[in-house]
Amino acid sequence: MIEFRDVSKQYPDGTTAVDRFDIVIPSRKTTVLVGSSGSGKTTLLRMINRMVDPTAGAVLIDDEDVAGIEPVRLRRRIGYVMQNSGLLPHRSVVDNIATVPRLTGASRAQARARALELMDTVGLDRALAKRYPSQLSGGQQQRVGVARGLAVDPNILLMDEPFSAVDPIVRTDLQQEVLRLQRELHKTIVFVTHDIDEAFLLGDQVVILATGARVAQVGSPAEILAAPADDFVADFIGAKKGKRRLEVASRRDDDLVLADSAGFPVGLLARSQAYSVSDKTAQAGDA
Amino acid sequence: MGWLGENLGLVVDLTLQHARLSVIPIVVSLVAALPLGWVISRSRLGIVLLGVGNVIYTIPSLALFVSLPAILGTRILDETNVVVALSLYGVTLMMRGVADAFGSVSDDVRQSARAIGYSAAGRFASVELPLAAPVIIANLRVVSVSTISLLSVAAIIGQGGLGYLFTDGYSRDFPAEVLIGIVATLVIAVVFDLVIVAAGRILLPWQRPARRGRARASLALSPDAAGGAS
Amino acid sequence: MNYFAGAIAFILDGANWGGENSIGSRLVDHLVYTGISVGIAVLIAVPVGLLIGHTGRGRTIIVAITGSVRAIPTLGLLLFVVLFTGLGLWPLVLVLVVLAIPPLLAGAYSGLDAIDRQTIDAARAIGMTEWQILTRVEIPLGIGLIVGGLRSAALQVVATATVAGYVGLTGLGRFLIEGLALHRYELAIVGAILVAALAIVVDLVLVGVQRLVVPRGVPRGTSRPRARGGRPSGPSGAPAPVTEG
Repeated sequence: MIEFRDVSKQYPDGTTAVDRFDIVIPSRKTTVLVGSSGSGKTTLLRMINRMVDPTAGAVLIDDEDVAGIEPVRLRRRIGYVMQNSGLLPHRSVVDNIATVPRLTGASRAQARARALELMDTVGLDRALAKRYPSQLSGGQQQRVGVARGLAVDPNILLMDEPFSAVDPIVRTDLQQEVLRLQRELHKTIVFVTHDIDEAFLLGDQVVILATGARVAQVGSPAEILAAPADDFVADFIGAKKGKRRLEVASRRDDDLVLADSAGFPVGLLARSQAYSVSDKTAQAGDA
Repeated sequence: MGWLGENLGLVVDLTLQHARLSVIPIVVSLVAALPLGWVISRSRLGIVLLGVGNVIYTIPSLALFVSLPAILGTRILDETNVVVALSLYGVTLMMRGVADAFGSVSDDVRQSARAIGYSAAGRFASVELPLAAPVIIANLRVVSVSTISLLSVAAIIGQGGLGYLFTDGYSRDFPAEVLIGIVATLVIAVVFDLVIVAAGRILLPWQRPARRGRARASLALSPDAAGGAS
Repeated sequence: MNYFAGAIAFILDGANWGGENSIGSRLVDHLVYTGISVGIAVLIAVPVGLLIGHTGRGRTIIVAITGSVRAIPTLGLLLFVVLFTGLGLWPLVLVLVVLAIPPLLAGAYSGLDAIDRQTIDAARAIGMTEWQILTRVEIPLGIGLIVGGLRSAALQVVATATVAGYVGLTGLGRFLIEGLALHRYELAIVGAILVAALAIVVDLVLVGVQRLVVPRGVPRGTSRPRARGGRPSGPSGAPAPVTEG
């Protein structure tokens, strides 16, 4: 469980990126922070691994204040995936994935063997192992980025708009990959995006942010769609303008299928997840 | 300072000579490098030009000063040698900078200029040149400063403008004279730099607020151009 | 062009390569002056350039030093120093070190500055220490421009060491100075050819080094990662700010 307690971030020039942000991110679920630019979502994400330190309040991981953990040690146990993969251009795919295990003392052979397994996990052909990042497609690079994020088998995986720079078809593939991985691995994923569709597709819990990281609404996709908290949320999810009226369209076994107004399914919600998230959300409200 | 008082006429003469001998190569560099740099940024011929330029730039200035009379058929004490040598360095240094400058004009801008109906020549004059100008000016400042300091090396072959004060002061064991030569050289460099910057401000009014800070108003820095002949 | 023919004949004559005041011994001297000076300058300038490049603080120092040293007439500086210290190796080395520092500083700084900020940000985010970021990410990615700075510095020093012959030392420039003093123009051309050849050879060797040390996966000759999607990187190599959603 990751907890933001009354967190603020003010930059020296006086701008406030985050103003008294308060939320609980449940373990082993996917929480998506969604908002447009200036909503402070990336800043919030980077507070978890101390890439940014708050100016007030505290971030806790399993009740331990991260401010008390040495940043390098903290970051090595948290997976991080970013927009343009952030791969090291001078290292091969397998060495990129093995970077953190090598830093933490794994032998080269061990780290590489593990890296090859991870390539299987994220759906990359092992034949690509010796390639350099510049020789891969954007989608492949992002898969390598995800594999690197998983390399030390972290409990927490932070994903900062990982798919926003790839083309829509590849993005769909990658999103499905994340859903599949999460069904297998059950990590605590914190995912940042500006794309509301992506948020509803991937999130067990979705946090809609307004400027200055003000929480506009927290809930499962179904809850938010069913009852947008205010005009801002309604506008943001496109319900008000009728651009896209998402609704719980049908039930297929235990899953809920989300469809847009034209009847096209846009996502799948595991029912059990959706319910359990609502529970957590209720707790979060109390905390 | 007694020496300076007695020799003020000499110092002024040498300063003017130094300025005159520097200004020709600087102007030649700019004029010749514009077409050459444009060619480098646009065609495959560029690689050849850059290669030739690189070799020229690698030749130490004293070696070039000494060799040119044999190549050009001039007398060793002819000013032409120094002017030609410094122009060669200036052009090779400058054409690379001009090529970078044209290369930095984004393709989008070029395409949209074409789309709104500029001819090739009009596009060059009204779009590419103005947009490349700030980088060209930055490079011209580098050429100006290095030309002025390089010229004094020619004192060893009797043609160095203020460099005369170096060799003369050295042979008389008189450091003050050398120092006066150094200071006068720096003064020329600063004056030329200010002139180029002012010309840039006048020609490129839209640049004034754009670049941040005053760091750029100090003498120009370009890592690519940091080394070479001396 | 007769002078050149005579000069080349002189150079090709094996008898002129051995013994005191020969091409061989002066070449060795020239290389010694260059090696000592560049070596000292590397020890001073590269760490400082890397520090400035890594922290991003102190860029103005580099701009100021590079610009002002370029403006100083080297012959004047050398003669001025020698008038105070007397003849000898160290005044020459001092001046050559001063000359070699700016390109080395600029190379080390710009090598690091040209690296995609996202790559460094990612390295930090996955838990590299600052030292690891410097040694495993920034130096390998910036090595092309770092060695580029070394190339510039070496060229500068090889060229300027030519005037060592003017202050009682030797080196290949000694032929040139002697030729001018004795009005033996052919001998001056010998010096010019040798110095130019040495400069070109040193440059080629360092180009080779540059090719060797730039790691695979990084575009050669520059450490600037090629922007994907056809976005040309500007001449300033301005780092993109860390994204904020």
